[in-house]
Amino acid sequence: MTPAPPPGPPWWMKKPALQTLIDRLRADGYEVLGPRMADGAITLAPLTNLAHLPRGVRDDQQPGRYRLTMADDGGYFDHVVGPHSLKPLVFPPRTTVLEVLRVRDGWEYRTPEPPQPKRAILGVRACDLHALAIQDRVFLGGAYRDPEYAARRAGLFLIAVNCSRSAPTCFCASMNTGPAVRGGADLILTELTDGFLGVAGSDRAAPYLAAVGERPASPEEQAEAAAIPQRAAAQQTRRIDPTTVHDTLMNNLEHRRWADVAKRCLSCANCTMVCPTCFCSTVNDVSDLVGTHTRRQRVWESCFNEEHSHTAGGPVHPTTKSRYRQWLTHKLATWIDQFGTSGCVGCGRCITWCPVGIDITEEVAAMEGGRV
Amino acid sequence: MPAKKPRLAVFKFASCDGCQLSLLDCEEELLTVAEQVEIAYFLEAGPADTRGRYDVGLVEGSISTPHDAERIQAIRAQCDSLVTIGACATAGGIQALRNWGDADEFAQHVYARPEYIRTLATSTPIADHVKVDFELRGCPVNKQQLLELISALVWGRTPRLPRQSVCVECKRRQVVCVAVARGVACLGPVTQIGCEVICPSYDRECFGCFGPKEYPNLISLGRRYQRDGHDTAHLTRLVRSFNGYAPGFRTVDKVLAKNNHAYDSQNPSPPA
Ligand code: SF4
Ligand code: SF4
Ligand code: SF4
Ligand code: SF4
Ligand code: SF4
Repeated sequence: MTPAPPPGPPWWMKKPALQTLIDRLRADGYEVLGPRMADGAITLAPLTNLAHLPRGVRDDQQPGRYRLTMADDGGYFDHVVGPHSLKPLVFPPRTTVLEVLRVRDGWEYRTPEPPQPKRAILGVRACDLHALAIQDRVFLGGAYRDPEYAARRAGLFLIAVNCSRSAPTCFCASMNTGPAVRGGADLILTELTDGFLGVAGSDRAAPYLAAVGERPASPEEQAEAAAIPQRAAAQQTRRIDPTTVHDTLMNNLEHRRWADVAKRCLSCANCTMVCPTCFCSTVNDVSDLVGTHTRRQRVWESCFNEEHSHTAGGPVHPTTKSRYRQWLTHKLATWIDQFGTSGCVGCGRCITWCPVGIDITEEVAAMEGGRV
Repeated sequence: MPAKKPRLAVFKFASCDGCQLSLLDCEEELLTVAEQVEIAYFLEAGPADTRGRYDVGLVEGSISTPHDAERIQAIRAQCDSLVTIGACATAGGIQALRNWGDADEFAQHVYARPEYIRTLATSTPIADHVKVDFELRGCPVNKQQLLELISALVWGRTPRLPRQSVCVECKRRQVVCVAVARGVACLGPVTQIGCEVICPSYDRECFGCFGPKEYPNLISLGRRYQRDGHDTAHLTRLVRSFNGYAPGFRTVDKVLAKNNHAYDSQNPSPPA
């Protein structure tokens, strides 16, 4: 699942060159989105100026807790992943997939033309690139391709950044999904003390790198850049062993830990909503009162909701215990059976944004001891 | 077109009229509603045809007087389908605060001539008295949900009224969580979806207007907020507002007291 190593030699650029990059992308019709401080978090939002980036801002992330701290100096990318992933950009939380109109002699069905926004995303992390690759497999692999996902995905220009630190909730190193970016992006940046090291990850990045790159990076700068994600990896304390987790969970489907976590779990669905790979949706037909116009809406859904497994005979997962087990086994075990990869990239969002701080690495660890 | 226009009635019990006004607030849609349903009884808007049966009765308000308790029985017998609208009808409303106090004493303080007041000791949801077919939650109800309900009744399908948490919609809207990012005690994880996540969108906590979600885990959420230093009395008041008497919220005081007790025994206070 590791994307191909990036082509092209590394270039060095001054920090303000990032503004040139933003301007060039905008001139080419891209809306540029990147990390921006809003509502006490680093969100993913449109930006036009280097000054919009959260320079010197760090995010302290703990189970169920997220706080920002500010420093006067520091880099543009001292934070890690915030509440927003790339997911809503390619798989919108709410979209119309079909419109049905009553016409004189029957019905007319219209499939809306999917929007094709051109968006450049600045500051994408390794975990989120892996998550996107996983979603590509879900939405574009196999016989049924999702047209809206395809259109939105094609318009993305991804500018990745190597993480210079990890949050306590990050565990990408154990999942082999980060912190170093190994591909899957158009441009890969590493923030050095007084500049950026940039590598083209795709052919279409070459003209941009040529515009902002000052000179080829020196061997010292390359060594400095290589050490940065290594340092982030060394900070990680949480881990899941991807080689054993499948069997750990599937051999312990009646472990008493499931009942224990069900007492703490709120079945609120926050974890599935923030997870960059969760792909569940439901389809609602919204009709007007006169019955001449119906919109078929697709909205994000979650296995923590009764509606997710509702059948004529009632919900397949009627309890919080079975819903939590569905979530964890799907993410870490049955996803592998279904798609050939793990459904988890170790971004830690589900840990941070769980209102009661339930930690999937801790739940897995509790079951590693075997049947209890 | 539906075979026959459903006959609709709107009844009021102890309430502020806000939910009925939500129906009137559907200004643009109201003409269409009027074409699709026969509004036979709706005092707030005019019609008061008390003859015969109604296909659908929308009930606003709670049962708080002996007269109410009798009237709801007669209304149930007149309506094929009974739908409660709003926190008063579905949970007893803010006036259910009396259920933990002394209604007579309140009356002494509020009314100049309390001897003219005939009231019950409690304010209770309609479902405590008669069978209810659908519940529209909210204080007040949400206009879109109201139209969804009417549309479903007109076209003979089951209304789509999800029982999931406010958090689901909060995340769909990419709102930054006030509980996680700011440490605010938010009721979203135990509250049913229904509004457009108004409060967290404006940086405020969810106040529980739509009542308890399918599994409101007050023990776990309460424990988290208590551990973070939120005052138990404040948390109790937060839950015990518009929907405080709803079954999932009713025992919040006991739940939080038990949590507190658990901490006390885990961390015994130092000897005096
Ligand atoms: S399961 Fe949790 S850690 Fe894994 S990808 Fe999803 S949100 Fe990230
Ligand atoms: S974990 Fe749940 S919400 Fe996420 S993809 Fe699997 S079934 Fe869907
Ligand atoms: S999980 Fe890894 S790649 Fe993702 S933000 Fe944390 S350190 Fe960076
Ligand atoms: S694990 Fe946490 S975020 Fe997920 S449903 Fe349970 S309480 Fe909510
Ligand atoms: S702000 Fe409140 S409603 Fe929104 S996700 Fe957080 S806890 Fe849930």
